[in-house]
Amino acid sequence: MTGYVQDVAALARKDFLLELRTRETVPAMLLFVVSALVVFHFALPATAGESERVAKGLLWVAVLFTALLGLTRAFVAEREQGIFDGLVLAPCDRSAIWLAKALSVAAFLVLAELVAVPAFALFFTGVDAVTIAALALANLGIAAVGCLLSAIAAASRTRELLLPLLFLPLAIPIIVGGVGASVADDPGRYLAFLGLYDGIFAIISWASFEYVVTE
Amino acid sequence: MIRARSLTKRFGEHDVLDRIDVDVPAGGFLLVTGRNGSGKSTLLRLLAGLSAPTGGELELGVERAAIGFVGHEPLVYRELTALENLELYGRLYRVPERRERIGMLLERFGLWEARHQRVATYSQGMRQRLALSRALLHDPELLLLDEPFAGLDREGADLLDEELSELARSRTLVVSSHQPERVAALATVRLELT
Amino acid sequence: MLLLASVALAFWWVPDDADQGFSQRIFYIHVPAAITAYALFGWAGWKALRLLWRGDERYDLESYTAIHVGLMWGVITLATGAIWAKISWGVWWSWSERQLVLFLILFLFYSAYFMLRYSVDAGPQRARMSAVYALFGVVLIPVSFLAIRLAENFIHPVVFTRDGPQMAGSMFLVFCLSLAGQVALAGALYQTELAGKRLDSRLRELRRVLA
Repeated sequence: MTGYVQDVAALARKDFLLELRTRETVPAMLLFVVSALVVFHFALPATAGESERVAKGLLWVAVLFTALLGLTRAFVAEREQGIFDGLVLAPCDRSAIWLAKALSVAAFLVLAELVAVPAFALFFTGVDAVTIAALALANLGIAAVGCLLSAIAAASRTRELLLPLLFLPLAIPIIVGGVGASVADDPGRYLAFLGLYDGIFAIISWASFEYVVTE
Repeated sequence: MIRARSLTKRFGEHDVLDRIDVDVPAGGFLLVTGRNGSGKSTLLRLLAGLSAPTGGELELGVERAAIGFVGHEPLVYRELTALENLELYGRLYRVPERRERIGMLLERFGLWEARHQRVATYSQGMRQRLALSRALLHDPELLLLDEPFAGLDREGADLLDEELSELARSRTLVVSSHQPERVAALATVRLELT
Repeated sequence: MLLLASVALAFWWVPDDADQGFSQRIFYIHVPAAITAYALFGWAGWKALRLLWRGDERYDLESYTAIHVGLMWGVITLATGAIWAKISWGVWWSWSERQLVLFLILFLFYSAYFMLRYSVDAGPQRARMSAVYALFGVVLIPVSFLAIRLAENFIHPVVFTRDGPQMAGSMFLVFCLSLAGQVALAGALYQTELAGKRLDSRLRELRRVLA
């Protein structure tokens, strides 16, 4: 057990180090999420009253596509430099590779949201604590499912093209839970639903990652 | 150590390896020869467990943790330094006295001075030497080297010669090469792929 | 397969529904089609699980075929659902029709499954990745259903309630007949398709041996 945690820590540390060195993913996500919010402003015909609710939905769209941007980059180094072989050869449990990657993607997503939420509040309307909680739960689900699918897409010929196709149908429940928590009168059940989603999909992603990376 | 019976690997409709039989006792040295595209790399990948055979049997006398592998790619992150890469693998393989071992290997392969440089700045020869250090890091019982001399400068090749004759005394080795003269003298088993 | 013909005949025999009149008849195609599609997706998931468990590549072909046929039934469900929506509400698409929305999501999901298969070279890795994705599909069905339920307001008449079918005996009989017919047809198609795909791979094998 401690060995597993050590493996995950070593792998996640490597991902942060890589990002710190290359500065490719996080700045792109930050810029993207702000740009998207600006685009949404112009895409949203102003009708007083309703527009706040609609805007909250758009926040979730922005977060989802920003996450997709990060997920597309998740396994780029491993794929382009053939390092999957090195990691698969190592005696660690393969699921540790997934868990470390999911943790780093979730962390990058949190960074993007640290900019996105204040920007959203500035441009549109304030964000309540429930929405923040929903974002935290959604990050976990997005990172868990997304990293598994990103590893699948990395092994395909179409790569960046395939990931959104694989991911979006699975992300619909996250959007339902997130938007529901943001706008509904009884956000509790939507938060519970997000938690349920995280639990179920984290378990099957964790259990099935090994099958995806071994040849 | 290695026992393969009618080992077959097929990609699509193309037989890359067709019913290979080979035995390597513990401490043996298998030299795999053959022209490019004859399946040398595929065989080594099968032995490393990176690829599953389409047919036949393959028995290995060691666990995954006791295999060292050098392939076409150095299997290190280009944007990390040599030290950071070896640190990562050292942790994953739970190498005892990691720092000392890494320092010793970097020293031996002439990379100590460059240990804080990103691998992206390395020459081809330096990368290959780093790949060798990575493969030897956890003191593997079985060492699989796919064209280890490829891209190696003269100095590095001499170093590898020395290293191989040293290792051949205590380890099981599988080396593939399309110019086998360098290591022919060490080989105890030979396999010619066509 | 004759079962299906008998169902078509029974179309004229069932009494009209009290509320919805003639339009209700498409129910006898729509709902069994949906159930058949679920069954096929479930079967595909089961075969996918077997593949991951046992590593036998024939399960890959079986899982793939089941999804192939399942997607056909998914399209039938979507089409008949759209017709039903048109007759009932005068629109081709209604977001308040739960099952229709679910099938749209499943249609997108399993179409992505095909994209995945086409963009990865055949081999054990593709088999395993497809199997993992097929398993995700089985989990996605109830999760999406719950999500749609959470997301919607209720307009659609629910014929089945927890008390069991509230249909006249003859209606229920026709429903079951249609379900049996569709399942049989899907099963037959699955077998044919599977045999075709197996023959195809054997032919390729033969050609390889001869070459």
